[in-house]
Amino acid sequence: MPEPFPADSVGLVVPKSIHFDEPLSLDGGKTLEYYDLVYETYGELNASRSNAVLVCHALSSDAHAAGYHHVDDRKSGWWETCIGPGKPIDTERFFVVCSNNLGGCRGSTGPMSTNPATGRPYGPDFPVVTVKDWTRSQARFSDALGIKQWAAVIGGSLGGMQALQWAIDLPNRLRHAVVIAAAPKLSAQNIAFNEVARQAIRSDPDFYDGRYDEHGVKPLRGLKLARMLGHITYLSDDAMGGKFGRELRDGKFGFGFDVEFQVESYLRHQAEAFAEHFDANTYLLMTKALDYFDPAADYDHNLAKALDHATAKFFVVSFTSDWRFSSARSREIVKALLDDDQDVSYAEIEAHQGHDAFLMPIPHYLDVFRAYMNRVAEVSR
Amino acid sequence: MALRPELEIISEWIAPGSRILDLGCGDGVLLKYLRDTRNVNGYGIEIDYQNVLQCIEAGINIIQTDLDAGLSEFDADSFDYVVMSQTLQAVHYPDRVLDEMLRVGREGIVTFPNFGHWLARFQLAITGHMPVSNILPYDWYNSPNLHLCTVKDFEQLCTKKNIEILERTVVDQRHKRSLGMRFAPNLLGEIAIYRFRRGKKS
Repeated sequence: MPEPFPADSVGLVVPKSIHFDEPLSLDGGKTLEYYDLVYETYGELNASRSNAVLVCHALSSDAHAAGYHHVDDRKSGWWETCIGPGKPIDTERFFVVCSNNLGGCRGSTGPMSTNPATGRPYGPDFPVVTVKDWTRSQARFSDALGIKQWAAVIGGSLGGMQALQWAIDLPNRLRHAVVIAAAPKLSAQNIAFNEVARQAIRSDPDFYDGRYDEHGVKPLRGLKLARMLGHITYLSDDAMGGKFGRELRDGKFGFGFDVEFQVESYLRHQAEAFAEHFDANTYLLMTKALDYFDPAADYDHNLAKALDHATAKFFVVSFTSDWRFSSARSREIVKALLDDDQDVSYAEIEAHQGHDAFLMPIPHYLDVFRAYMNRVAEVSR
Repeated sequence: MALRPELEIISEWIAPGSRILDLGCGDGVLLKYLRDTRNVNGYGIEIDYQNVLQCIEAGINIIQTDLDAGLSEFDADSFDYVVMSQTLQAVHYPDRVLDEMLRVGREGIVTFPNFGHWLARFQLAITGHMPVSNILPYDWYNSPNLHLCTVKDFEQLCTKKNIEILERTVVDQRHKRSLGMRFAPNLLGEIAIYRFRRGKKS
């Protein structure tokens, strides 16, 4: 049978699910009596279980980080650029694991799951979860997989924040933290964008206070608006200008409010594709997890103090045109690590793609990422 | 790869087990050598992507940043030595960089091409051209060197800034020391190497 996928892809992958019966106490005061995590793995775990790498996903991603679910899938996992044979996270050397976060809508327990108390989907009753809740649930997940210490915990954006939280909360359980296009906490502007996104969803007449499922509808308009707004913050002005400029679909003004500029068409298309397969309650939860993320808060709002007892080595990466989580935000993390005399390397990648650059095949980025992961691999054999 | 002789001299000056910051560390050769031979740890600073990549490959802690933007990421007195090899002449404000070096480090070590060397003087005085040599291989229009100085100039700046020079060595382009250089460093030395600290009197 001919191989239908590129040689540097992990190819066909099958998501797995794992059930946890032990109740999980959440930061918000509530408890999940039991829950499931959906995850994928690529590559082979070595005999000493020392080559495992945990990949943490961003706001709207999932456990499907690499490869394809079906032979005729056109779309690969979200980090296909970086995960696969010979890629920076080399599946010939590493056993790569990615799990969908709690509160998600891609298999792990979240608002669409059945609430044991009512027998109906949680919907808006699913508790607000934090990044710390995620690392706590992933610690149990690591136990279940028999992985005492990850060679590295890696993530971009919200995933990078999760890697940072891992290094702070579970210092002995990872040797390296790779923190890409992240920030030590959200700025007021970041939170403001999230709030507009939430308001877009919550003010949709089809939202029904989160119980849209019971009404057989989805707040698609709100979710689309939220995604359009989010998407603008993921791109740079340059990237948008380069891609669309002021190009008109029909070459002339229509003097109306239909789609005219190519950028409008693109945003609407992106938003529609997204809203079809993403859950609005999950979107609300994920933006809250972002807003609440502030690991320094537990340490007198001193990030250096928070990272002082971390034992992992750090690799921090930022992109020059990222204005959602700018290089300056990454350097706050670097500065705290320097204050602590921690092992840290920092690369500031020249890129015009904005925040989304961390998902893109930018040669300098892939080169430094690969070089760092080679170091991780050398001591993980 | 053998260590550049100039870096060999620097490494002799650095006490085992100390912490250093290497400004404009290139491919990280000095940091790697000191780590492997003298248990010296620290960070390198580089702006050039290729150098950053090579440092990561070598397992050196490297921070990609522009030296002219200052060392604000580093706390005062966080290093035993701050080293800057062949970079002082290429930054926008050498005097401010020296201040920063002595803010974050106990001692500073710099090397630079000595513009007072007789050959440079000869080229400028007799041929009327900006000096070009093995040590200064650039033409005036493509040189990264913004602030070339002589041994005398550097020492004058140190006096002005109350910087105490602890050690000075000048070498030729083969990094050899000679008696003549000891007596006429500004005339005969091609590369100047200094170790210094903040002066006692304020």
